[in-house]
Amino acid sequence: MDPEIYKQTGDWLKCLLTIAWLLPLAGFVAEIFAGYWSTRLKKTAAYLAVGCIGTGFVCSLLASIIWLNATNWHPLKPHHAAHDEVAHGDGENAAGEHHESGHAEEKHAAADHDHPVATDEKDAEAEHDRPTAVSGTYYQIAHFGKLKLDIGYYIDSLTLVMFTMVTLIATCIHVFAIGYMSDELTEDYEDHFVHVGQGHLHRPGRFYRFFAFLSLFCFSMLGLVIAGNVFMVFVFWELVGICSYLLIGFYVERKSASTAANKAFIVNRVGDFGFLIGLMILWTSFGTFTFTQPDEALAKTDPGLFQMLRDDQGQITTQMAPDESKLVVLHGAGGEESTIPYYLMVAAGIGIFCGCVGKSAQFPLQTWLPDAMEGPTPVSALVHSATMVAAGVYLVGRFYPMFMPEVLLTIAYIGGITLFMAATIAIVATDIKRVLAYSTISQLGYMMLGLGVGGWAAGLLHLITHAFFKSLMFLCSGSVIHGCHHEQEMPKMGGLRKKMPITAYTMLIGVIAITGLAIPGVLAFSGYHSKDAILATSLAYARLNGSHPLLFFLPLAGAGITAFYMFRLWFYTFAGQPRDEHVHDHAHESPWVMTAPLLILSVFAAFVAVGGEEGPLWSMLVHSEPVGVANGTEAIPPGNINLPSHAHVGEVHAEAGRYALSIAVMGGVLAYLFYGIRVLNPSDVKRQLSGVHEFLVEKWRFDELYDVMFVRPVHIVSSWISAFDRVVIDGFLHGTAKVTMDVSEIDRRFDETVIDGIVNWVGQKTFAIGRSLSVVQTGQLRQYVVFIAGGLFGVLMLVYLLSF
Amino acid sequence: MGSELNFCIFISAVLFVAGVVCMATKRNAIGVLMGVELVLNAANLNFVAFANYTALGLDGQVIALFVIVLAAAEAAVALAIALNFYNNQLTIDVDRANDLQG
Repeated sequence: MDPEIYKQTGDWLKCLLTIAWLLPLAGFVAEIFAGYWSTRLKKTAAYLAVGCIGTGFVCSLLASIIWLNATNWHPLKPHHAAHDEVAHGDGENAAGEHHESGHAEEKHAAADHDHPVATDEKDAEAEHDRPTAVSGTYYQIAHFGKLKLDIGYYIDSLTLVMFTMVTLIATCIHVFAIGYMSDELTEDYEDHFVHVGQGHLHRPGRFYRFFAFLSLFCFSMLGLVIAGNVFMVFVFWELVGICSYLLIGFYVERKSASTAANKAFIVNRVGDFGFLIGLMILWTSFGTFTFTQPDEALAKTDPGLFQMLRDDQGQITTQMAPDESKLVVLHGAGGEESTIPYYLMVAAGIGIFCGCVGKSAQFPLQTWLPDAMEGPTPVSALVHSATMVAAGVYLVGRFYPMFMPEVLLTIAYIGGITLFMAATIAIVATDIKRVLAYSTISQLGYMMLGLGVGGWAAGLLHLITHAFFKSLMFLCSGSVIHGCHHEQEMPKMGGLRKKMPITAYTMLIGVIAITGLAIPGVLAFSGYHSKDAILATSLAYARLNGSHPLLFFLPLAGAGITAFYMFRLWFYTFAGQPRDEHVHDHAHESPWVMTAPLLILSVFAAFVAVGGEEGPLWSMLVHSEPVGVANGTEAIPPGNINLPSHAHVGEVHAEAGRYALSIAVMGGVLAYLFYGIRVLNPSDVKRQLSGVHEFLVEKWRFDELYDVMFVRPVHIVSSWISAFDRVVIDGFLHGTAKVTMDVSEIDRRFDETVIDGIVNWVGQKTFAIGRSLSVVQTGQLRQYVVFIAGGLFGVLMLVYLLSF
Repeated sequence: MGSELNFCIFISAVLFVAGVVCMATKRNAIGVLMGVELVLNAANLNFVAFANYTALGLDGQVIALFVIVLAAAEAAVALAIALNFYNNQLTIDVDRANDLQG
């Protein structure tokens, strides 16, 4: 591409995304003071928030269009045509090479011409002309030696997709929240969940504050997505954390809500500890926080992390140190090479992943997410789909080139364990929001697993599609909760389909999307494509690495369980006969301000991934796939791990799709038998498997485990420390205090008797003398004269006598 | 010469003693004032005598003039006090003026 046009495009993107990013911040500042300049009864703050995030969406969309325009709409063209052609000619290797060069920058142009590539000239040129990223610095905060702390931006098609997705979903959620939070539009809000004395708690409504926090949340998430370096990622990472804290604990007066907010914050802090360690390793070893430097000239003098670690082919170079330990070669500025120990790179990767485990609620830090349901439902929708938990997956995707194969294996296993465990818990949950919460954890496990087994685009595609259908389902559950007057227990619902048809059928679209049901080739919703992509990658991975079959069977089982619990949720809530007459009689469809977002989101949930791996979203994501992912890697020591290439995945795609679809159908049918037509009785199963059921109801006893492992030991140690404090430290302090008091008592006595005595005695004597001398003052003038004369005579006599 | 100076000093001493005795014995305020005049004039006499018979020059006479002016001023103030005292007490007996005794 012409450098001039590239620069112009870059300026446009920067400008638009900056507006989209900063508008919610401006909105936050205005809204947080809304309580002062407006009344609590007006929706001004909400309109402001919707305006800000809506404008942000328009800007993001414009930026995406400009980007696609600049890349000749290339990401929208399917890759497979070129792919297959080459695969037939040169085999997998050439296909990989070709593909990868497409994602690399212009600098590969020369190298690429050496290959006999069987695409036509025009297409090849278009490939080489594609810009991959735009990056730069807004402001440099500080400069410590080699290390610079910048507020920078890094924009590639992943950033653009995330921006458009986040702003679109956030807009829908904001609009929904106008309806959902309208209870707060009052001077006197009665909180039925808080008992004070005889009645309920009364407090002023906090409508404007809710929207201020939502805006801040959006700002933080967008900042995290646009961040150009790890430092900035960390800052916004923490901002997202504090926003979730504020929103989960929105009903601060409810003990459960404030506890949940604390739990979310503290558990995340555990993960962030690992993140910080990872950051420190990178800082000391690389001396930079920048991801990558797309500008070739600048990359020579100031390379980013990825450029230092990986060569042009996207490979990591290693060498052996004299003591047989493995070293990773880094390419610094000006071609200068240095090395760091291999284990340190693994540690850095695991550390960064720890942060992602905390934010994305992966095993073993998943316990906070279900509790986060204490926040208002729009918050759950935002946290669970577009912002907080997506951040962890996004960061793994963004940081992908830094992960060693061992780290990717860890990620895959953690994801696999999480997805299976959370799915099993979701089967037995009865709170409508908690089912969705466990579903989120499970789906995040899918994404992590997808990324871990080398399916970069598959994992992120699932992130995007999941964001749409999960936000849709959360808003639907919000609509149900709103319609049933804050009843969240599914056993009290049932038969709501006729009362709230829009909610029921949009929810059904979400359920079908997440379970991945489809008629292949005819109609498939977004979840089908993304889940298939992940399963295909994991199947290819399991085939290439014989010792890891679990990485395929876990997600496969997960797919069936997902179908079961999602349909269970739908049948439980919307189908059959009403279980609780009271709830059913009062249920009503929500106002249009709540159902309109449902309709919009349902369209996106169904069709956002249209075309699957030949569709626009996929090609848009693949566009920013890290160099070297597409062609896979082979048997990297010491783990001898193979990562599948796109060609490998393509081979097994249809097979994996068949497995996934059949097990999902099985799950769906089972749910229908249990909860739809009720030929099977769930309580029978519950009774027979009571041990397992109880184990699942208690969430695999993780809370108890942590209680035994951490909370109680901490309590015991603290009781020792507190005893030591009370006996030794306090004893010592009290002793010294006693001594000091005694000394001062003696001092006071001395002062009062001796010093005061002397002073008073002098005073009294002086007074007595003065008193007695006053007698001389007779007032007799003549007497004075005699005294003067006598005195004068006396003095003269004295002088006279002394002069001899 | 010496005898004349001695004579003057003698007269002065007599005047001085007479003045002091007058001040010490008179209960009448005017009498006391007259004693003061005598004492002052004894001093004046000494000044003038020393100016005349020694090398003191005109200084003695000048100081004597100052003393006379001073005496006049003092007499005016003292008479004013005496009049006010009379207005208040209907007497000018200095023994009655003992309000400031300790």
